Amino acid sequence: MSGQTEGNAPETIPLKDPGLAALLGWLVPGLGHLYQGRTAKGTLFLVCILGTFVYGVYLGGDREVGWGRVVYMSFHPEDQRLHFLCQAGVGLPTLPAVIQAFRVRGGREPWWGSFMAPPRLPSDRSSNRPTLDELHKRLHHYFELGTLYTMIAGLLNILAIYDAWAGPVRDESADHPKPQSPSASAFDGPHQGSSIPGESDSSESTQQSKADQTPSA
Amino acid sequence: MKPLVFVAQLGWMYIGYALPLVVVISLVYAATRHEELPAIFRHAFGCATWIVALMVVVGLIMAVVSAWL
Repeated sequence: MSGQTEGNAPETIPLKDPGLAALLGWLVPGLGHLYQGRTAKGTLFLVCILGTFVYGVYLGGDREVGWGRVVYMSFHPEDQRLHFLCQAGVGLPTLPAVIQAFRVRGGREPWWGSFMAPPRLPSDRSSNRPTLDELHKRLHHYFELGTLYTMIAGLLNILAIYDAWAGPVRDESADHPKPQSPSASAFDGPHQGSSIPGESDSSESTQQSKADQTPSA
Repeated sequence: MKPLVFVAQLGWMYIGYALPLVVVISLVYAATRHEELPAIFRHAFGCATWIVALMVVVGLIMAVVSAWL
């Protein structure tokens, strides 16, 4: 898996069960790679993506209004939280937002000190929870920063999921200008093994492209 | 508005919040193109340099444009 194979053959990365790895990668960032035995990249994704998400959750809340107020699910006409579609890319860490949304929708008070709970709608007079305007007023620019961090974390995890599913994207700079197989396509879908050009600069000019390889699935 | 005033109004603390994002985005992007950590870090450094350079260029353009506003 690591290092350079002899001759001009590119290294092959065994992608164990790409579908399951992609699902695990969505549930917890990096978990799909850890499942495939790609520990270094799995740890990198876990630290980078989950760290970004947690920092966003920290920025978007405080002790008074509750933590993680920037991550909430609401598709009410008065508050269409489309940001959550991006944040949900992180997977299980956004599950509390889903639970809180169903509780609030059922007319119950949110759990866990309003952690990831949707704000009160302006038309709702039955609760003393803060509205979205009051959250903005309380958290100032940290509300936007927290939203940005958590959205970017979710979007980055989509890249990580793709990597768990199909392996690293081939490096165009390391490809041969003339592919050996005229019928080969640049994208050959998910497969059990992904071959990429070598990582060392000295041997890049002698590498075959990923498109030249026959999928082993 | 004077260009330097525009830059000052950006607020350096906001720029500071961009740095972790630049690092993380560079690392994750590079990790989707390579499998080995040394290659990932090399690619991430180049990617981060490009992002910072682009931010500087865009900032300078906006500062110059703001001089006429």
